[in-house]
Amino acid sequence: MSDTPNFATGDVEAPTIEAPDAVGAEAPPEDAAERRELHDIWVAGTEEPEWVSQATDEGAQELLPDAEEPALAVQRGTLVDDDYVADDTVAADERQIINLGPQHPSTHGVLRLQLELEGETIRRVKPIIGYLHTGMEKTAETLTFLQGPTNVTRMDYLSPFHNELCFSLAVEHLLELPMPPRAKAIRVLMTELNRIASHLLWLATQGMDIGALSMMLYGWRERERLLEFFEKTTGLRMNHNYIRPGGVAADLPDGWEEDIEDILKGVPASVAEYEELLNENPIFLDRTQGVGIITPEEAMAYGVSGPIARAAGIQLDLRRVAPYSGIEQYDFEIPVGKHGDVYDRYTVRVAEIRESLKIVSQVLETMPAGDYRAEDRKVTPPPRKRIDESMEALIHHFKIFTEGFKVPAGAIWQSVESPRGELGMYLVSAGGPRPWRLHVRGPSFAAVQALPVMLTDSLIADMISTLASSDPVLGDVDR
Amino acid sequence: MTAKGGEVPPEAQAPPELPNHPLLSELAASFEEVSFSQVPRVEAGPQDTALVPREQIVAFMEAAFDLGYRMFVDLCAVDYFRRDPRFEVVVNVLALDPPHRLIVRVGVPADDPTMPSITGVYPGANFYEREAFDLFGIQFAGHPDLTRILLPDDWEGHPLRKDYEVGSVPVQFKGAHRAE
Repeated sequence: MSDTPNFATGDVEAPTIEAPDAVGAEAPPEDAAERRELHDIWVAGTEEPEWVSQATDEGAQELLPDAEEPALAVQRGTLVDDDYVADDTVAADERQIINLGPQHPSTHGVLRLQLELEGETIRRVKPIIGYLHTGMEKTAETLTFLQGPTNVTRMDYLSPFHNELCFSLAVEHLLELPMPPRAKAIRVLMTELNRIASHLLWLATQGMDIGALSMMLYGWRERERLLEFFEKTTGLRMNHNYIRPGGVAADLPDGWEEDIEDILKGVPASVAEYEELLNENPIFLDRTQGVGIITPEEAMAYGVSGPIARAAGIQLDLRRVAPYSGIEQYDFEIPVGKHGDVYDRYTVRVAEIRESLKIVSQVLETMPAGDYRAEDRKVTPPPRKRIDESMEALIHHFKIFTEGFKVPAGAIWQSVESPRGELGMYLVSAGGPRPWRLHVRGPSFAAVQALPVMLTDSLIADMISTLASSDPVLGDVDR
Repeated sequence: MTAKGGEVPPEAQAPPELPNHPLLSELAASFEEVSFSQVPRVEAGPQDTALVPREQIVAFMEAAFDLGYRMFVDLCAVDYFRRDPRFEVVVNVLALDPPHRLIVRVGVPADDPTMPSITGVYPGANFYEREAFDLFGIQFAGHPDLTRILLPDDWEGHPLRKDYEVGSVPVQFKGAHRAE
């Protein structure tokens, strides 16, 4: 395996890099008329019949969802190893390198894909990342454990609560600090609402990327309901710093039950409307069914988790496999697809919105009374009014916010099921008030790594759809 | 620490015989030099970890893969600085049926920061090994394309090492350079 370069993972060696030179090395026809003639031959396909299916003339597009389409047939096979053999019948100047991104609206951030095209077929893909790298793991080593959530919440900015929860749980494991039931229920409530918001945003951008512009507006509109609730609860629409080691920052606002009831009534009605919009839309079906397929074996080998893996048929949801924050006491299903294509990712995500709503309604019914954070004065600050009364409370408050609380030495892995998959953190404490090391395993990192598997030998028009369906958040990839 | 509360100290309970998981027992039978341990967690079961000698890591991961740890989750490095070995590479794999997570730790010394690549067993380790190389300078022997991934190709040093100075990057804006 190590002898042959593994192109499926995006490790493109010399041939791809040198290909532009190869194009340049072969002198193009001097005569403009001759070049046009050459071009005409490709499009008409009179000399090379196999080019017809890949040219952009009419009729070729109809072949896309067909299982007999050669490009798709190859895509359905396993592509863990590079099985691409250069086709001698295709002249070198018919292959070209295209850079998609890092500034391209459909890359959802600053992802750059280097594509080697043969006509309209993608032969090699190399994801190039790091444009948003700001050294957040290094920053985490300079912030106290209490400041940590402000840092990690900015990584995967579409699921900030999951980042905060993952970090807080890791710290609490090292502190051996159990949470009161209300804190756990609030955490489940906020993370599940966040999952709905993230999936709605995905629905919006997926729709936009493949031309369903109305879906874009509806998705953003629907997400607004949830962001309003987040703002009311935490004061911010994103990057909340709400879930902290020791509990949550504040209790739920007055009247939160009515807000949740509004969400529980409004979101399912709208989602049903969006399904009506998309489920029988022939353009949507053509552009999603049989596109961007990943097999369960490939998904596991590349560490792909979350809706992409579940759409491929893997029964993996960390809320079941490794329950956290008391989520095991709620009743919900894990939707699983079977084809592993873009359409199944769509159905899995929409079903997950419903399951999350189910959890939210159960939290609403069973929200326990009590503390919203652990009453451990070494970790959580005392209530404001105690500071005026008690010297000890003042000292605790001062110590927590100046030097922070110390966490016993140890190393722990904690992961939560974020809307994009397994979000994990490896936290090492040396016994001080700051992490010795914080490694964040972002689900999008694995998804971007697996893009070559999903894209190789597919058509370039399917690339945008596949990329959108993998739902990458570059803040999470680059950190 | 009040955080630990007044529960029974862990020493009072008899430590369980490790490894106590059927999959790990099979691994322990064929790898004598591997030591297993458990990290306690609050309100969750303990976490199984295995400390594997560097030379055996590929064989160990192959055996783990064959036993059912099919899902690659994570690979990262930690710089313990004054400890010997200085670096530790942490691999995280998951068996799905029944679910079980295994954390594999490999010590990597400072004077020879190399380790065999596990991309032959788990192709998903590719980007993660590149990241560990980029940020810690650990060389993964046999990696198909060991280049920087997050930082620019011409970056000097490996920033997540503990002896890498923070805040010494010259700012590249016009007029930001101080006159000598």
